Formats: sequence, structure tokens, C-alpha cells
Amino acid sequence: MKRIAWGAAVLAVLLGLLAAAVAWLNLRDEDAVRPAAALPAADAATVARGAYLARAGNCIGCHTARGGAPYAGGRGVDTPFGTVYAPNLTPDPDTGLGRWSADEFWRALHNGRSRDGRLLYPAFPYPSFTLVTREDADAIFAFLRSLQPVRQPNRAHTLRFPYNLQVSLAVWRALYFRPARWQPEAGRSAEWNRGRYLVRGLGHCTACHSSRNVLGATRSDIELGGGLIPMQDWYAPSLAAAHEAGVADWQPEEVVALLKTGVSPRASVMGPMAEVVFRSTQHLHEHDLRAMAAYLKTLPPVPAEKEEPKYADSDTMRLGERLYQDHCASCHGERGEGAAGLYPPLAGNRAVTLVSPNNLVKAILHGGFAPATAGNPRPFGMPPYAQALNDREVAALATYVRQSWGHQASPVSALEVHRVR
Amino acid sequence: MTHRFLLAAALGAALCGLPAVVHAQTPPVADTMAQRMLACTACHGKEGRATNAGYFPRIAGKPAGYLYQQLINFREGRRRNAAMAYLLDHLSDEYLREIAQHFATLDLPYPPAQTTGAPAAVLAQGARLVQRGDPARRIPACNACHGERMTGAQPAMPGLLGLPRDYLVAQLGAWQTGQRHAAAPDCMAAVAKQLTPEDVSAVATWLSSQPLPADPKPAAQVRQPLPLDCGSGIR
Repeated sequence: MKRIAWGAAVLAVLLGLLAAAVAWLNLRDEDAVRPAAALPAADAATVARGAYLARAGNCIGCHTARGGAPYAGGRGVDTPFGTVYAPNLTPDPDTGLGRWSADEFWRALHNGRSRDGRLLYPAFPYPSFTLVTREDADAIFAFLRSLQPVRQPNRAHTLRFPYNLQVSLAVWRALYFRPARWQPEAGRSAEWNRGRYLVRGLGHCTACHSSRNVLGATRSDIELGGGLIPMQDWYAPSLAAAHEAGVADWQPEEVVALLKTGVSPRASVMGPMAEVVFRSTQHLHEHDLRAMAAYLKTLPPVPAEKEEPKYADSDTMRLGERLYQDHCASCHGERGEGAAGLYPPLAGNRAVTLVSPNNLVKAILHGGFAPATAGNPRPFGMPPYAQALNDREVAALATYVRQSWGHQASPVSALEVHRVR
Repeated sequence: MTHRFLLAAALGAALCGLPAVVHAQTPPVADTMAQRMLACTACHGKEGRATNAGYFPRIAGKPAGYLYQQLINFREGRRRNAAMAYLLDHLSDEYLREIAQHFATLDLPYPPAQTTGAPAAVLAQGARLVQRGDPARRIPACNACHGERMTGAQPAMPGLLGLPRDYLVAQLGAWQTGQRHAAAPDCMAAVAKQLTPEDVSAVATWLSSQPLPADPKPAAQVRQPLPLDCGSGIR
């Protein structure tokens, strides 16, 4: 009897210690928070700088519902755990940031905690934003305060049990989130460090271009190593691997062109990256894009995993070739060579031969335009084939493109097409 | 002299020989709006003149203001269609205006009317609603806004002839259920909500059974005043 009581007491103490550890891990590196009264009026230059930084962080992308007022929130971010709705960032006192102080805003960005002390879900990419400097956070806050207040109540998240509990989030954060302060790397140029700050911090490229574990945490061992975007089925390619979207052998101008205009001689953007270019990177100064290029070019290269190529049967290839000639060749060329400046080549195009065929299949199914940017204001559109071709035909077409002109990527099955349709 | 000859030969090769080689490999792709719009014409028919046999509406020859507003409505979620939203998500207002202008200026023949052999009573009910409305139920005549001959009116009122019956039924239904909106005040929603299912069917049947008049172009202007306060259709 005595032994059981002892055991229970030890267990209670251990659980208490664990809870204390989780709590402590959640409160690391928090500054004291002053209320909103201490807010100094922002000058126009700070507001303008904040507007620019908000562009660099693409805040508007999540914090604006389709057709809704900019920054007034309401867009849902679908996750495997449920949907997280981005809140209202306009300075409305009741539904937005109107009662927030600069300290509280900083704590949200740097520590992932809300004004009322609640822990925030990492769909808000504070694991990246934690690197944003206090000065930049204050400028973004000053910009958001300058917006017209929009009265729009926030939508409650629809997360499943147990992900809807704060205690689950506390455990997740104890495991996977660590606040970090921006430190320029010694021995690197100011340009390279600026690029790293934009890519790793404000630009939160990691949010898509890294794989996630079963609990949704991004992997930190492979830097920007690529990953499937949860729920969207787009594959955000590795920014380090030369066989995916690495830019080590690109000219910096080519990287700048891609981020500024959405097209470049080496590649063009589609899917979620088209949105990033449209809403964010096309608005950035060339020197910042150049800095991002300088950083991206130095990411540690990741070698391709050598696999024995599997070859498709000849029936599939014949069907694929016929469909290619009927639907694709008039723009992308008889041999996938493209049309310079108008349509991208498919031969030698890394987007075609990624291990995940998802992006290619999505391009065939949904077509799409490159984003309309100042540098490419009248983009050419690719027709969607979701209506015209069935799963087997799309699979054959994708397989043909992945195994022609020297390509040796794996064949695509009708089931894979069905999954992303 | 030799240098000059070599230079001329090189120039000649560059001007004649090389482009010929390039042409042999690259299919000629025209730098035109029609070429840019292949993403649209896959569904809306060659040159945007979808036949009335399927579901997709013809867009060629519709008033530019109407087409522009619909492009914006799809992008902003006032009309719901996943394929349209995906295609338009990252296009600028300026480009959407140019796209609308492109399809609006196409002057192309129409196919014969789709619906044939509809019951006379249904056609009569449809014709009555289109031409006279139903004042007792506060339903204005369709042609009070959509043009005397139902071919639309500049700058932004769409014609409703030459469209598939299914599409017409679906649009009126979408307005009734809040799936389709126009710019506020949304007069078309107010009208659609007055219609019974039989009204919807009769109007769609009549409209899709009418041949286009000899001049199928939209009227030069909307007949004022409109029977309802409309946020779209006049801008």
C-alpha cells in the first residue's frame, strides 16, 4: 500500500516536471509585454518600409479571403489536422489588431503567442518569422496599423481532436519550435546575409520547400530540401538539389527574373509559386531578389538518389505520344523544345522529371497562366485537360513526357492521376 | 575582299540558312491574343464560340464590360467555378480587361438554335416572361435589360440567345441559391428569386430555342431607366 502511494507520488512529480518543462519550453525567449498605450506614432517612412516587408512576407496571401478586404483575414489554410483560418490584421479594435501593442505583435511573430496569451498554430509560419528582427516587426505592425480598419470577426479554426487543444500545441512547440534571433553569419557578405534573412525568415520559403513529419513539423536537417505541400498535393521542389529547383548553376539574373516576372530562360512558375510571385516577390527590389539568389546559390547541394529507371510499356508510350502530338506539340514542340519566350521547353525541364509526378499531372489537368507581372503582363495560358482526358490518358501523356528526349523519370499510373485530380 | 566575302556569307547564312533550320525544329507560334487564350478556348470553343450543344457558354461577341465583370467575379469568388478561379487567380485587372476586349470584338456566326420541339405551352410561358415579365409578381421583362432582341446591350449587358439550355438553368439556379452574384445591388438575384422552377425552365427553353436575329450584335446602349437598380450591366 505504502509502495503504491510512493509510486503515485513519484509519477505525479514526474508529470509535474514534464508539464513544467513543456511550459518552460513554450515561454523561452519571451520579452516583457507592454500594453498598447506605449505605442509611438509611426512616421510615413516606417509605414512604407512595413508595407514593403509585409509584401516580402506575403502576409496578404493568407490574411485575405477570396474577394475579401485585404488583410481582413478569413482565408482557410487546409492542414491534415483541420482548417486554420487566418485572422483579421486590420486595426479594427474588436475584430482586428486595434488593441494590440507593438510588443504583443512582436511576441506573435517571434514566439508564436497571441495577445491573449494563446499559443498560435504554426500554419502561421512563426517557426520562420521568429528570425524577423524587432525593427522589421515594428515596421510591419506600423503598416498594419495604418490600414483602414475592417470589422470582420475571425473564423474559428476547425481542427480535430486532439489538435484543437492548447496543451497539444504546447507539446508540439516543446518538441519542434525554438525561438531564434537573427544573427548574420560571419565571413559571408552583407548581400548573402540579407538573402538568407529573406529566404529563411520573412519569406518563410521553408513553409513549403521542406518536407514535414507526421505532426506537421518541417524537417531541419535538409535545408529547403523540398516537400509535398499538405492537402494541396503540389510538390514544392528542393531549392538545393540540382535535379529539382536548385539554382547553383544559374546566373543570379535568371533567379531574379523568375522571382520578378514569373518566367525565366531556365524555368517558369506555376501553382502555389505563381501566387507567391504574383502577390510577393514581383514587388521586391531587385537588390533583395539578387540577395536571395546569392543565398540560394550557396545551399549545400543534395545529390540525386540513383534509381534504376522503370520503363513504361510500349502501348502506354504509343498512347502518350499520340496525345502529345494531338494536344501538346503545337506549343511545346514536336520534340519538347518549346517556343522561345512563349512556351517552356519540356525536354530537359526539371519540373517534368521530378520524382513526384504531381506538378506535371496538375499542369496537364488544370493548365494555367503564368502570373501576370510587370515583366510579363500578358502571359500565355495552357488549357486544362481535366475535361478532355481521362486518368489513363493523362497518365500515358505524363509518362511519355517523363520518358522521352532522354528523360528517365518513373512512369505515372492512372491511380496517381486520380489522386491529384 | 576575302573578309568582306566571308562576312557577307556569314550574314547570308544568318539571315537565310539559320532561321530556316530553326523553323524546321520549332513550330511557328504566333505572338497573338488568340494564341494566349488557348486556355479559354479549350472549353469555350474555338475562338470562344462554344456550340450550344454542351454546357459551356459562348463568350465571343459578348459586351466587353460584361465579360470583364465575370472574369473579376470568378477571381473574387462572386461566381464559383474551381477551374475558372484557378486560371484567373494570378491575372491582373488590366490583363482581364484585355481578355474581355479580345473576345468581345470577335464577330463570328452563330449555330442554329439548340432546343427544338418544346411544348407550345412552355414556349408561350417563356416568351411571356422574356417579353413582358409578370408585373403582379414584380418580375420585369428580360428584354427590358438584356436588349429588345435579347442580344444584350453595350457596355455590359449580356445577350442570352445562343446559350445552352442547361447553362441558363444553372445560372438562374445559382442566383437563387447564392452561388452566383453580380456587383451590388445584385438586381439579377432579386429577379431570379422571384422565379418558380417552372419559370426557370420555361425561360431557358424559350431562350435556347430562338435563332439569332440577322444582326446578332448587342444593342448600342441599355434602354434607360432600368426596371431595377443594378450594380452591373450599365458600367
